[in-house]
Amino acid sequence: MDFKGKDIISIPDISKQEIDHVLAIAAKMKKKPNPSLLKDKVLASLFYEPSTRTRLSFETAAERLGMRVIGFAEAGVSSSGKKGESLHDSIKNIGLYADVIAMRHPAEGSARLASEATDKPILNGGDGANQHPTQTLLDLFTIKETQKKLSGLDIAIVGDLKFGRTTHSLAQALAYYNPRLYFVAPEALQMPDHILKFLKKNKVKFSQHEKIENVINKVDILYMTRIQKERFPDPLEYERVKNVYVLTEDMLEGVKPNMKVMHPLPRVDEIEPSVDKTKHAYYFQQAENGLYVRQGLLGLVLGKLK
Amino acid sequence: MANKQPERPFKVYTIKEGTVIDHIPRGRAIEILRMLKLVDSGNFVTMGSNFKSKKKGYKDIIKIEGKELTPEEVNQVALLAPKATINIIRDYKIVDKFVVELPEVFEDMVKCPNPKCITNMDPQNAKFIPTFEGKEMLLQCVYCEKLFKPEELNEYVK
Repeated sequence: MDFKGKDIISIPDISKQEIDHVLAIAAKMKKKPNPSLLKDKVLASLFYEPSTRTRLSFETAAERLGMRVIGFAEAGVSSSGKKGESLHDSIKNIGLYADVIAMRHPAEGSARLASEATDKPILNGGDGANQHPTQTLLDLFTIKETQKKLSGLDIAIVGDLKFGRTTHSLAQALAYYNPRLYFVAPEALQMPDHILKFLKKNKVKFSQHEKIENVINKVDILYMTRIQKERFPDPLEYERVKNVYVLTEDMLEGVKPNMKVMHPLPRVDEIEPSVDKTKHAYYFQQAENGLYVRQGLLGLVLGKLK
Repeated sequence: MANKQPERPFKVYTIKEGTVIDHIPRGRAIEILRMLKLVDSGNFVTMGSNFKSKKKGYKDIIKIEGKELTPEEVNQVALLAPKATINIIRDYKIVDKFVVELPEVFEDMVKCPNPKCITNMDPQNAKFIPTFEGKEMLLQCVYCEKLFKPEELNEYVK
């Protein structure tokens, strides 16, 4: 399968076969490192919005394949943001320096616009509250790793489904795998309309809930998310919902033995640290898998892996 | 001659040369006037609302004297009135009549209503792809991927 030059912008652009292929390549990367696969290639890592895991795992993935990394970690650090240069012009220019661009930007649709400004592949590391497709690929990789399959699973997605871009990408990608989805969120933070319409169109079974307790014993995966404080226009509104969902160890008593708790991280208070030592916790392994999935993607879009 | 057509269903002026846009959903004609900047155009324009439609319900009509719509303008009409009929009038006669066709993408016409969309920060204009939910047309922004009803797209690109 040829991914050379392909942008990874939004899950609906990626077919099921392509997702399966990325996951298979990532599994190979996890088993067998390939430290000089992308020697002499340059990754531009452009993070206009703060990031820990996504940026560092992209950069580590690049380093572990022998690449060199240029870029910045906050928009204020680059002069283009400060001087008011358009994103289009910045990307057009950076595309002349680098072989591939990984980026995160607070504006929705920024990665799509970037892909129109350059011929170099764009890997979207999050565009505002819209999409986070590489997170989704590592989520799928992790679900498959823990459940030995992707099809026909019961999956609850909990927390900030309105602003949480990972939940949008994940729900859309899972649509390929005949899941039963449970969306657990306060009414004000439920899944946006355009995602629900997408799921209905693709005949995905889903229901909406306000309490974790109503679904936790039914599911194979409990996907927790953080309430996105930075996207709330009104701080008071945030205070009202910030501690609605807290997963505690005793809530895991009646769950399925194979159930795994996932979280894109960072967590704030939504998973108590005592959960970490249970057999159900899998969020740190999930974050590690980001490395292999991003290595696979870099190799694929640069045409060095088929 | 044409002036003596009292049975003509249109209760607004007949025109000698120009365009009649028929079968506009009720209430959207005024938006089309704004979108095509017809009020500022200097052309003689009449608009009618709440005309009884043969098919069902009510419709709006616009008549523009002295101007034949360009293909780009016809595309714009499709945004608000995807089933409108365009009649080109010359010497009081209809010389061409066609139903608007939905373009694959609406470009450079309207701004994205999502304030967080990159098109409201960068110079790039928004683009919208028409999709259907049953009979209802919705427009999806190519960039931020949000879905909108046609009447929500009401800020026009200058």
